[in-house]
Amino acid sequence: VSDIIVFLTLLGAGFAFGQLAEKRHYRSIIRRESELNRLPAVASRYPPVDRPYDQALVTGSVVVSVDYFKRFVASLRNLFGGRVTAYETLLDRARREALLRMKTQAKGMGAEMVFNVKYETASISKGRKQTIGSVELLAYGTALIPRERS
Amino acid sequence: VLISNLEIVPGRRVTKHLGLVQGSLVRAKHVGRDLMAGLKNIFGGELKGYTELLQESREEAMQRLQQQAEAVGANAVLKVRFSTSSVAQGGCGDLCVRHRRNPGVVPCRTSSFS
Repeated sequence: VSDIIVFLTLLGAGFAFGQLAEKRHYRSIIRRESELNRLPAVASRYPPVDRPYDQALVTGSVVVSVDYFKRFVASLRNLFGGRVTAYETLLDRARREALLRMKTQAKGMGAEMVFNVKYETASISKGRKQTIGSVELLAYGTALIPRERS
Repeated sequence: VLISNLEIVPGRRVTKHLGLVQGSLVRAKHVGRDLMAGLKNIFGGELKGYTELLQESREEAMQRLQQQAEAVGANAVLKVRFSTSSVAQGGCGDLCVRHRRNPGVVPCRTSSFS
């Protein structure tokens, strides 16, 4: 019986805190995205050559994990197959957060745009079980910083 | 040494290709961080300790890349790529070891057009 109580408590705590954290995270993502909207980050491999630019590699990374409740839902989903929405939002959040951090770094350098943006995903599996649990997202690109004319 | 993931450097051109360089690193965090991460696995959210760990290891891998590039006399490293994988799962309990490298990187000597 105590096992069930522990399980339900974890499930409840996971659900409550997880939802709260996700909502707060999305709010902050949307706010910062609109702030950084003027700094384009594009996947093009060829930078403009009309003006002299300094360039620097910028990166942004984040490690996030799902809560207990969502992991449970995902494991249920594994029985029936289909879209695992629990993990979809996790990856969406992670990707946007990583890009935002990269952009923040680029902005701090006074960059005008970021070229050749690439994403890199790695799932950090802990322990013996093959659960996805947490995921690392890395966004990187080359920031172009306009060079002042002397 | 200029490090970039573009194939060209605006305003300059590649005059010499010096071969591939790479930098890799394996790193772990102490048990306390792992415990915190375990807690976060219940509540969800960012694992700050691990974000830090990865950031640090990436920077160190970049340093090694840079050292190698300097050793062959390069002044730029183009087309940098990152890749991550977690090594040593299971067996080692809560310890999470990460591995980070920059494969397929071309160091070059560049010179200005004008």
